[in-house]
Amino acid sequence: MFKKILGGLLAFGVLVLAIFLLIAWESSIEPVSASNSDAFSKEQINRGEVLAGLGNCETCHTTDPNKPLAGGRAMPTPFGTLYSTNITPDPKTGIGQWSEEAFARAMREGVARSGSHLFPAFPYTHFTKMSDDDISDLYAYIMSQPAIQAEPPENTLEFPFNIRLLLAGWKLLFFDEGRYETDTSKSDVWNRGAYIAEGAGHCSACHTPRNALGAEDAGKAWDGAIINNWYAPALNASNPTPSSWTETEAYEYLRNGGSRFHGVAVGSMADVVHDGLKQAPDNDLRSLAVWLSDLAQASDEQQASKRSANAIRAVHNTQNPSVMMDEGERLFTYACAACHYNEADSPSALRPDMALNSAISAPTPINLIRVTLNGVSLKEGLPEAMMPGFSQALSDRQITSLLTYLRATHTDQPAWENLEQHVRDQRPQTQAQ
Amino acid sequence: MATEFELNGQAVTVDIESDTPLLWALRDDLDLTGTKYGCGIGMCGACTVLVNGRAIRSCITPVEAVSGASITTIEGLHPEGNHPLQKAWVETQTPQCGYCQSGQIMQAAAMLKDFPDPTDDQINHAMGGNLCRCMAYVRIRKAIKMAAEEMNARDNTAQETGAAADE
Repeated sequence: MFKKILGGLLAFGVLVLAIFLLIAWESSIEPVSASNSDAFSKEQINRGEVLAGLGNCETCHTTDPNKPLAGGRAMPTPFGTLYSTNITPDPKTGIGQWSEEAFARAMREGVARSGSHLFPAFPYTHFTKMSDDDISDLYAYIMSQPAIQAEPPENTLEFPFNIRLLLAGWKLLFFDEGRYETDTSKSDVWNRGAYIAEGAGHCSACHTPRNALGAEDAGKAWDGAIINNWYAPALNASNPTPSSWTETEAYEYLRNGGSRFHGVAVGSMADVVHDGLKQAPDNDLRSLAVWLSDLAQASDEQQASKRSANAIRAVHNTQNPSVMMDEGERLFTYACAACHYNEADSPSALRPDMALNSAISAPTPINLIRVTLNGVSLKEGLPEAMMPGFSQALSDRQITSLLTYLRATHTDQPAWENLEQHVRDQRPQTQAQ
Repeated sequence: MATEFELNGQAVTVDIESDTPLLWALRDDLDLTGTKYGCGIGMCGACTVLVNGRAIRSCITPVEAVSGASITTIEGLHPEGNHPLQKAWVETQTPQCGYCQSGQIMQAAAMLKDFPDPTDDQINHAMGGNLCRCMAYVRIRKAIKMAAEEMNARDNTAQETGAAADE
C-alpha cells in the first residue's frame, strides 16, 4: 500500500516535471553570420534609432560611453547583481549571430537565441507590446551599430534565482505575451502615447513597485517606486505635488528636462530625457504627455497654475522676518534661496521652486538628499542651469535640519522618518561616485 | 586632468585635479582674482560667478562640473567695467571694504535677468545668500534698483527704436 502511494506520488512528480520542462524548454535558433548592414534602408535605421531612444536601450546596455551598447552595467537586485549584455552586432560577445527571428523572440518572449530564458530586468514584459514593424526597425538599427568585443561580467545571482529554467515558471505567473491593444474609448493620440509608454518606453518598469519575485505589482501600478537608489515618483493621481502633470508641463519636462511646476529630471530620468528622448519627434512626446496627464487625472492648465501659486504663496506667508530663524531656514536663506526663490504667480523652471518640487513631497527623501549632496550637473535637468553639490559644505546634521525645515514648511506631508540616517546612508554613495 | 570651458568669452583649458573648486582654478590657474574666497562652503556668496548666465558659488563647484560651459566673472561682466550695476555701485558709493562686492554684483546681474524690475522682497530673497560684513545692504539694494532702472530704460528705448525701424 505504502509503496503504491509512494510510486504514485513519484509518477505524478515526474509528470509535473515533464510538463514544466515541456513549457520551459525553448529551442535554439540557428546562428546567422555577421549581419550585412547594407540589408537595411537608411529610413529603417533612422526609425530604429528613435525607437532605441524611446526605449532608452543605451542607458542600461552601456558602461563606457565610448563603447555604446556593449553592456556590463551592474543592476543590483534583491536576488543578486545582474550585468547588462552586449547588444552590439559582435558575433562572439554581442548579438551578431542573432537573426531577426531570434531578436524578435527575445523582445517578445524573453528568450535568448540559444533558447535560454532572459531575466526580466530586460523588460520584455513591455517590449512584447511593440509592433512587428517597430521590432524590425529596431533590429535594423542595432545591427547597424559598430560591433564591439566586450564580455560583460558574470551575473552573481543567488541560488535558486540563477537557474534560468525557473524563469519559465516566473513567466507563467507574471508575463502576458501579446501586442499592444488599442483602447477604442480613447483618442489616437492617447493610444500612441500609451503604446510608447507601455511598450518601448517601459515607463512602469521604474514607476511601479515590484513584488517579492521582482515582477511589477499590478495592484500598485504607477504608484512610484525606488529603483537604483532613486525614487521614481508616482505618475498616477496619488502623486502628492501641489499641481498635477498637465499636458503642457509633461511635454516641457520630456522635451527639455524640466517643468516649472515639478522640477527637473535628474539621475536615470535625465538619461531618459537627454539621451533617450532627444531623437523622438515632437508628436511622440505630445502623445506621451496626453497619455500621462490622463493617467495623472490632471486638472486643467489654469487650475494647475493656481494651485502652484497658492503653494508658493503659502510658504511666503509663513515667513516672518521678525522671528529668529531655525537652522534649517537659515541654511535655506543663505545657501538655496538665491536660486530657488520665486514669485508665486511666475515660478521659473530654471529656479525650481521647493514648494512645488516632486522630491520634497515624495514619500522618501532620497532624491532630495542625493541632489543636495551631489547637485545637478549640466547634463541633467535643464541644459542652461546646474546646481553644485553641498556634500563638502554641509554636515549630515545640517542637511537634516534643512530638509526637515523644507518638508515641514513647503509641503503638507508628514515628516520623513529617520531622515538623518537616510542622509548618512546616502553620503558614502556620494563619495564613491 | 584637462578641463576646457569658456571664460569671459575666451576658450581656456586648465590642467588640474578635476575636483578642484572652480574658484581656485579662476584665481590660481587663470589669474583672475576678482572672484573672492569667503566661506568656502557656499554660504556667503563672495565667490559668485555666472555659469551659462546663471549665478553659481564657485567655491563648491568642482572645475570638471563646468566642462564645456561658459563662465563669466566680474572681470568679464562688461569690457570696460561699465555694466549698469558697476556704474550704480560707484554712483551710490556702495562698497565699504569691498571684499564681497564682486560676488554681490554677479549675483545681482543674474537676479536682474529673472527679476528685471525687482521689489525689496525679491532683492532680499535672491540676494540673501550674499553676506556683507560692512552692512552695506541698504546701498546694495539702492544700487540694484538704480541699475535695473537704467537697464529697463535702455531695453524700452531699444524696443521703441526697433519698432520704429520696423514701420
